[in-house]
Amino acid sequence: MTVRRLAEVQPDSFAFSAENEAWADAIIAKYPQGRQASAVISLLWRAQKQNDYWLPRPAIEAVAEKLGMPYIRVLEIATFYSMFNLSPVGEYFVQLCGTTPCLLAGSDGIKSVLRNRIGEPGVVTADGKFSWNEVECLGACCNAPMVQINDDYFEDLTPDNFAKLLDDLAAGRPVRIGSQTGRVSSEPAGGLTALASFYGVSGQSGPYCVTEAPSMGDPAAARAELAAQSKAPAEPGHERLKQEEALSSGKPEPSVSSSDQTLN
Amino acid sequence: MLEDKDRIFTNLYGFGDWGLKGARARGAWDNTKGLIEKGKDWILTEMKASGLRGRGGAGFPTGLKWSFMPKADTARPSYLVVNADESEPGTCKDREIMRNDPHLLIEGCFIASFAMEAHACYIYIRGEYILEADRLDAAIAQAYEANLLGKDNVHGWPFDIYVHRGAGAYICGEETALLESLEGKKGMPRLKPPFPANMGLYGCPTTVNNVESIAVAPTILRRGAAWFSSFGAKNNSGTKLFCISGHVNKPCNVEEAMSIPFRELIDKHCGGVRGGSDNLLAVIPGGSSVPCVPAAQIIDAAMDFDTLRDLKSGLGTAAVIVMDKSTDIIRAIARLSYFYKHESCGQCTPCREGTGWLWRVVTRMAEGRAQKREIDMLLEVTTQIEGHTICALGDAAAWPVQGLIRHFRPEIEKRIDQYAANPHSEPARGYHAAAE
Repeated sequence: MTVRRLAEVQPDSFAFSAENEAWADAIIAKYPQGRQASAVISLLWRAQKQNDYWLPRPAIEAVAEKLGMPYIRVLEIATFYSMFNLSPVGEYFVQLCGTTPCLLAGSDGIKSVLRNRIGEPGVVTADGKFSWNEVECLGACCNAPMVQINDDYFEDLTPDNFAKLLDDLAAGRPVRIGSQTGRVSSEPAGGLTALASFYGVSGQSGPYCVTEAPSMGDPAAARAELAAQSKAPAEPGHERLKQEEALSSGKPEPSVSSSDQTLN
Repeated sequence: MLEDKDRIFTNLYGFGDWGLKGARARGAWDNTKGLIEKGKDWILTEMKASGLRGRGGAGFPTGLKWSFMPKADTARPSYLVVNADESEPGTCKDREIMRNDPHLLIEGCFIASFAMEAHACYIYIRGEYILEADRLDAAIAQAYEANLLGKDNVHGWPFDIYVHRGAGAYICGEETALLESLEGKKGMPRLKPPFPANMGLYGCPTTVNNVESIAVAPTILRRGAAWFSSFGAKNNSGTKLFCISGHVNKPCNVEEAMSIPFRELIDKHCGGVRGGSDNLLAVIPGGSSVPCVPAAQIIDAAMDFDTLRDLKSGLGTAAVIVMDKSTDIIRAIARLSYFYKHESCGQCTPCREGTGWLWRVVTRMAEGRAQKREIDMLLEVTTQIEGHTICALGDAAAWPVQGLIRHFRPEIEKRIDQYAANPHSEPARGYHAAAE
């Protein structure tokens, strides 16, 4: 258990934007009548996104009112679940996974980069760009060590490529989501040992490979593809990524690197 | 070694098309109506015969679990809830299913719901998996568009499926905590009985299954129980996704036959242990909740439920965390103790207080700042937590520490001696030594 409290300085008011209001109604409709409380996590999450990735008290009250729940029940949720940030975070909020699989793969090295570049955990830099925290297992253990920055996973980190990643974010340059060493997902680096008869050892040839498909497992491209398909309104946090995707559309197809840098 | 033609997750790595078209080319949604027409009882019999044991960690037979659901009742509709709150340290298999092969899961939901006479299914996905949830939503939209799902779908079984996002709580992977969370409350486990099959989501009959258990079901039914049970040892049948992390040359997810020897698994798919198999110290074979097994015992062991249980560990989620001899094993376990302290929901006193206590003591031991008699006291405390809590998180917090003491007691004692011999009161070994 961890003790989590609301921030001392709170804004005066919070109201869902019209778009988010409609989105919330669609979420509530997923659940049987009278069970609208089920939507509380989704609504708090949306409120947090609308409010620069942190959850102020007026937002908790707004969600409680929207769902017809007592304020204390919603406050309980906001303090129980660790993804709700109860105080302001940087524009890029870095969550470092520090649990044992990442620890074994070198998360301490990533942590010292964060300490040097950003400072102590939970403190926002003076320019408001960055803050960081250590969190528990984020479920990308085959690509350890990794961080989540806002909505996206950045995997297979080394102190060097992570420092460069932070530089690129700070300078507003496009970045590659997912593995930083060129892996597509959690396949073994340097060639497939399973499913090779479907995709070739390189993963680029074989009957099930999709030559014209833009995604190829690249999360950034997949997201752009999703945004084109999805009928739901685009999520605000994704807009920056789509712009970056447009900027970096000329980039070459990632190749599977022959050695996994994290282990050297 | 398992051949590609016998692999269920044919787009595990995302090199192919995740969408409906690609999934159909790989065999998903093929004659689903035919499977439905064979009837509920046939599906239940076949699932039981396949010997599939739940892939979420506990290994309870999936077919049997499905058969516990009562007859449909209009006043209390049945629900299928899929546990996609993958948070067990070391486990990252469901993520690959959801982002690369989502249609296997969706078809599985449909068939499982039919077998349990459920018309609605919720997939509870952990909040951090944002891309994965988007992907799943998009795949579901594709299935609706093709009229594979919905009130009036081509299969003739009205069925709706919803993705529900969590917000970062390990405890919500426990089935009753997950239901509480899905109902919009704090994720605190419920006392059982009543079991979810009688009183689950919204007080209605509910079955909670892991993503992998559900996603393999259509392929098992299509290819037959005998095919699935031909892999692995008796009572441990089937294929399984292994997530291998830690000190191997090439960490990866891979689908392999159950009961594959550890050495073969690591050598074939992961390029071996870093520094060779002589450099292996210990392995946590089933996610953080199971005790570690030292190198000599694990190296030629079959990776299945029964063999690992006999080694006083478990297959769990098949998240294999490999540690070589450079590992500070005490610190590695101390970090897990911190994880359980952080994730305890605080409902039961032995767990709320005990997990913090374990963490503080093991952390001191990692630095050598302890007394040797405290080792036995620590062991005693773990047995006071284990079995005295509503859910298994208390057990899960106790077992890694018990495994540490069982196999690495001399290491702890050595650390204490080093600290005691050091006149400068600094930690005996740099606390950050493990990662260097």
